[in-house]
Amino acid sequence: MSADNGLTTGKVATTNGTEPASPTRSAKAAGAVANWADDRLGLAKATKGMSLRKVFPDHWSFMLGEIALWSFVVLLLTGVFLTLFFDPSMTEVQYQGSYDPLRGVHMSRAFASALEISFDVRGGLLMRQMHHWAAMIFIGAMMIHLMRVFLTGAFRKPREVNWIIGCLLLLLGTIEGFTGYSLPDDLLSGTGMRAADGFMKASPVVGTYMSFFLFGGEFPGDQVIPRLYSMHILLIPGILLALITAHLILVVYHKHTQWPGPGKTEDNVVGPPLMPIYMAKAGGFFFIVFGMVALLGGLFTLNPVWKFGPYDPSKVTAGSQPDWYMGWPDGLLRIIPAWETHLWGHTVSWNIMLPILIMPPLMLMVLIALPFIEAWVTGDKREHHLLQRPRNAPTRTAVMAALVTFYGLAWAAGGNDIIAIKMHLSINQITYFMRAAVFIGPVIAFIIARRWCISLQRHDEGKLLHGYETGVIVRSPDGGYAEKHLPISETSAYVLTARDRDEVWTPNGTADEAGVAAPGGKLAEVAGKVRGKLSEAMFADNVQKPTAEELHEGQHHAEHELHELEGQIAAGPNKHGSSNDH
Amino acid sequence: MTDDNTIEPAGDHGHGHGGNGVPDEPIANPGLPAHLPRPTDVDPQKEKRAEIQVAALFGLSAIFTVLFAVSYFTLDVGDNWSVFDVLNVGGSTVALGGTLGLSLLFIGVAITHWARKLMGDHEIVEMRHPAYSEEEDRQRALNDLKMGFEETGIARRPLIRNSALGALALLGVPAVVMLRDLGTLPGDKLEHTIWGRGGQKIKKVVDGKEVTVTVPLMRISRDAIGTPILASDLETGDLVNAQPEVLFNPERYSVELEEVEGVNLQINKSKASLILLRMDPADIKPGKGREDWDVNGIVAYSKICTHVGCPISLNERTTHHLLCPCHQSTFDLADSGKVVFGPAGRPLPQLPITVDDQGYLVAQSDFTEPVGPSYWERDYDRDRFAEDD
Repeated sequence: MSADNGLTTGKVATTNGTEPASPTRSAKAAGAVANWADDRLGLAKATKGMSLRKVFPDHWSFMLGEIALWSFVVLLLTGVFLTLFFDPSMTEVQYQGSYDPLRGVHMSRAFASALEISFDVRGGLLMRQMHHWAAMIFIGAMMIHLMRVFLTGAFRKPREVNWIIGCLLLLLGTIEGFTGYSLPDDLLSGTGMRAADGFMKASPVVGTYMSFFLFGGEFPGDQVIPRLYSMHILLIPGILLALITAHLILVVYHKHTQWPGPGKTEDNVVGPPLMPIYMAKAGGFFFIVFGMVALLGGLFTLNPVWKFGPYDPSKVTAGSQPDWYMGWPDGLLRIIPAWETHLWGHTVSWNIMLPILIMPPLMLMVLIALPFIEAWVTGDKREHHLLQRPRNAPTRTAVMAALVTFYGLAWAAGGNDIIAIKMHLSINQITYFMRAAVFIGPVIAFIIARRWCISLQRHDEGKLLHGYETGVIVRSPDGGYAEKHLPISETSAYVLTARDRDEVWTPNGTADEAGVAAPGGKLAEVAGKVRGKLSEAMFADNVQKPTAEELHEGQHHAEHELHELEGQIAAGPNKHGSSNDH
Repeated sequence: MTDDNTIEPAGDHGHGHGGNGVPDEPIANPGLPAHLPRPTDVDPQKEKRAEIQVAALFGLSAIFTVLFAVSYFTLDVGDNWSVFDVLNVGGSTVALGGTLGLSLLFIGVAITHWARKLMGDHEIVEMRHPAYSEEEDRQRALNDLKMGFEETGIARRPLIRNSALGALALLGVPAVVMLRDLGTLPGDKLEHTIWGRGGQKIKKVVDGKEVTVTVPLMRISRDAIGTPILASDLETGDLVNAQPEVLFNPERYSVELEEVEGVNLQINKSKASLILLRMDPADIKPGKGREDWDVNGIVAYSKICTHVGCPISLNERTTHHLLCPCHQSTFDLADSGKVVFGPAGRPLPQLPITVDDQGYLVAQSDFTEPVGPSYWERDYDRDRFAEDD
């Protein structure tokens, strides 16, 4: 294929220098060490699997996943430090540390040691806050990375498995965050555990047993903190680490996707080599993420547990809210009507099950299913390594816009009390509004996003066929005004056309209506029809890139206009046409 | 999924191919643009300057690392935050975070600058290979798999297969059973609170003789300080957070100290916490059977939200509405604790109260229904009403 295109990828230089550098002493020493190691470990063989000069394409949006990766590393580092001082015990103690307002107060050992870390260990508060900030960034970066992967079509074959791993990472990261902020056993985290106890009790049949077994008896018990601790520092991080490793191995195996551009095809990958450029940039970026987290941890207070005090089941603070990533189910929990069913001596709490036990797993399943739903609708079984601009997949982009809108509205509903106070609104009205908005908002977002994408496609088509807007307004001899367009560069034009034409899937693989019945009976036929309709709807109104003839014609026309413009400019203002009479 | 079994060459429908009714690509791939040298590649002066910049950034990082160590040893921790405590997190934290952050950032910026200005910046091209294995490898693996299965004879010996699957499936039992001792069983614990310990008849040994004594009715005490509340203490509009007196004075109710200490104290508080509100008696709309549950307009309700169990704290004085700060369920304390807004599915349980001979507020009995969040076994037909006790 590259030959077809006349690509001369072979000619690309592999070094910048004009002459080979002579080996320096340090290079010789490095070579000697490498030889020593290879004699014993056969390391050179391993680089056949992953060359040290492996190509990583460069784009700012590929950095989002790295933020998640590096904040995870910061979590491991700061987390290890915290385990050295934290004591996850619920034994009651009387606080005697250096924080005056709580001295003499009875509290759990866990809360007392969280206070010790904050006030008696030098750098302890910094590490605590860095750990918490890094957790928020970790989850936020995963979400934005997920959106990038979805909107650019990077989840398509062969990367569906990595998409699933990514979704699981998001789930585990969220659970890890929840178990983590519950550990200090302060009033806020205890309130969160109390709500979690309510969620468990709402589960049909096994609810109360789940609660009693987790808390080691009746809520709040004296077992839950040590149990969450072992999950938080051992079980979940272990799984996270394994999944992140698998995620990265697959990135290496599939080779990173790349944006279309001159010299880039579905069959190659173009970019700087792993060593030294990518290593340096990724490594440098680790320090930048680490440094930003340190600044945040040092300068911005997060979760000041000493202000909340120890957990007491009879106390609560107004404006109690979970960490931001738990906000959206909490919002649904706030706006759901009070639905509870009583049947044969049993209580079913729909008001808790729907928002907490059903919606989050459902959303996760929808996320996991997205690549497979799209592949089924489009019938696309090809491998894809070139990314798509969001505008060139309007329906996909609109689906994400709808999901993001739902998430955002539910999340905002989780702050309905804060919104009511800050904006002097009625909390009841906000809640009623949100009840409708979570259904209507995503639909509106879907329609707007889809039409917006199609408009952008039309704009791109206009640029291709007619050139870009110069901002030069020309008055014609008969008094009309027009803006002149100039053709865009060949590179820009190529980038705009470097995308597939959409192919609508039809039940018989062809577009003719008098097809033979699909094998598989009535059901398969109906499924096929639905699939065909969906495929049609998915691509409806999309702008396809022009054919060679259309482009030629358009450019010819643009050239003619350009010529005309040049003539008029040469003639100078007021020197052309019959209106020139003074 | 079945379609995936056929191997098709990647990029078959990709760029730059025509024929088969697919229109030609409008513009051919122009190929990789030529590498343009950076200023640092061609101008030795700029190269030198970049080198110095990178080294200076590393130097700055080192300075901040030293400052970090200095801050560590010179600044106090604790809550005595007088040293440049501008952000209310303590001077030590600000200094340590600031110096560590800058020291790390300078390293990151230095390496990035080095990579961008001085390391080779040429792009190289690598060819992709489809994710699937070579046909030969796939066949070999499938054959191995098939052969392996055949040699086990698992298809021919359903007896072995089924008994093996059964035995393995049964191993789930130990995995589940082993979790049994994680906690006690719920039993009827969620249906009772420590309020019920007042007014009970218990057997006691006095002077070697077993006698039956009646424990006094449970007084209502102020939260935290534990003093019992006289009905006359409360003015109209007063809202008081309360607890059963037994938590502060267990002997009076013949309750062992350990029942109201440590974890048991927390468990009791999580169910027994109470809200007292005095309103104009004319405002109260007593529910059926609740006519004598208030004392001159003083009503007592569970403080634990029936939604997911947050303690309710926000009182709307003019309406007698009580709002839960967690999820905004709102209860009407003048009307049997009915839910007037929000996600809670049940009214707030009301505690029937009266006064004892000294004028202190006491509970007539335990709550007549389970307090706190709903749960599967919660049976409305078992809710006890005042007359049962």
